[in-house]
Amino acid sequence: MESNNRAIYWVPYVLWIALFVVAPILLIVYYSFQGLDGEFTLANYRNFFTPVYLTMTLSSFWYAFLITLFCLLIAYPAAYFITRSKYKQLLLLLIILPSWVNLLLKAYAFLGIFSTYGAANSFLEVVGIGAKQLLFTDFSFVFVSVYLFIPFMILPIFNALDKLNPALVYASRDLGASSWTTFRKVVMPLTSSGVKAGIQAVFIPALSLFMITRLIAGNRVITLGTAIEQHFLVTQDWGMGATIAVFLILIMVVIMIATGTRKKGVM
Amino acid sequence: MALFWPRAYLAFVFIVLYAPIFYLSFYSFNSGGTMSSFDGFTLDWYKELFSDSRLLVIVLNTLIIALLSAAISTIIGVLGALAIVYARKRLYQHILLSLNNVLIVSPDVIIGASFLILFTIIGINLGFTSVLLAHIAFSVPIVVIMVLPKLEEMSSSLIDAARDLGASRFDILTKVILPYITPGIFAGFFMALTYSLDDFAVTFFVTGNGFTTLSVEIYSLARRGISLQINALSTLLFLFTIVLVIGYYFIQKRNEKTAVGVRK
Repeated sequence: MESNNRAIYWVPYVLWIALFVVAPILLIVYYSFQGLDGEFTLANYRNFFTPVYLTMTLSSFWYAFLITLFCLLIAYPAAYFITRSKYKQLLLLLIILPSWVNLLLKAYAFLGIFSTYGAANSFLEVVGIGAKQLLFTDFSFVFVSVYLFIPFMILPIFNALDKLNPALVYASRDLGASSWTTFRKVVMPLTSSGVKAGIQAVFIPALSLFMITRLIAGNRVITLGTAIEQHFLVTQDWGMGATIAVFLILIMVVIMIATGTRKKGVM
Repeated sequence: MALFWPRAYLAFVFIVLYAPIFYLSFYSFNSGGTMSSFDGFTLDWYKELFSDSRLLVIVLNTLIIALLSAAISTIIGVLGALAIVYARKRLYQHILLSLNNVLIVSPDVIIGASFLILFTIIGINLGFTSVLLAHIAFSVPIVVIMVLPKLEEMSSSLIDAARDLGASRFDILTKVILPYITPGIFAGFFMALTYSLDDFAVTFFVTGNGFTTLSVEIYSLARRGISLQINALSTLLFLFTIVLVIGYYFIQKRNEKTAVGVRK
């Protein structure tokens, strides 16, 4: 009787794990060894190491790096100023709110803003630079991605800064450290966990989100995510798509180990 | 003076953060039909939106999928959290929790692609069923994460006391544990709901030709270019989001210990 009751707890959950966590990973690996004809092959892996795919991977990395860097540069001061504000809870809510708006709608807004006669070009005209082709360029891709990911960078950094004991900063200043030294030797090391969590939250989506490149960058930018979507849904070459997916998973694992969140609760 | 730069900087960040959203809403009232020159005020786009019966069906589909997947994933998730907390060995706990978090950290493309393979192999037709199963699948770990802290903070003496007083296993579950973790269950349900409503990438992979959710529809409309109907739709969705956030905020207040969540 007792053991029967216990089974009710874990059977549905373990079934879920088996079917939707373990099986999908195994299937991805299995398909990465399949050619278009369904035969076992290593051709997909050989293909991946040709210049076409390697350049694609490198450029995807480069864009993700740029996006993460700009996010960090903008988010750190913002998070810092928010922790110093009297209204920090309200400001935090205002940072989080846009992240709840459907990502596609925010990307779509930039179709208007960056269009030939859109707000951005009107601004450039007024400043005297003159209208430019903004949409479907790598600039617009990086800009829109930074815009979309900023809240995910601000939040963990804010949490880390908020936990920092201000007495440590005062102590450092009392002992004669300049504000720059205090920042470099006290604040930065103590908030590195937040920065790492932020990098993790931005870098992986930057590698993998395919809808932003499709909507904003046209075919100028191809990320790993775009390539996977392309192979699965357009060219129907699941084997190659699965191979790229395997590498994306590997990259993800490396990033997670490098930014080391071995704590519980990824959220 | 010392306060000026921080304030100016924050103001700048907030303006950039909100400008695109208001830009969208502003042009939803434009009679001109473009997102660049405002010709005159009109509500035509909203009228068009409400008379579009195809879109109405899509909204209904999206809501049904969200409610069903949130309800089912909440049940599985609560059972999962119980399984993790009451696992017999620490090692099992660790393994279950690690497997649980795989789908939370996986990029959507990977989840979508691997589910597409899975459904094709099992032989599930792409459409309502596959989308529902996929949404249940990616919502379960979120529910577990929301329920787990509540279960962990519950003192085991409560259960010991109930057992001493002669409660059966079933009574302990329904009369002691479940009431205690109710705030966590609500928070989990709510998160699952919003994840399902907002999901695009996974649905895009596993949906067939006949079945569409709102996100997928927005994507295919947006790929065709600018149509102010999308602007009107996004204005309504933004208002709806604010209502959801306020709702979530109140659940959080009742459930103080959990951290504020951000959308994926």
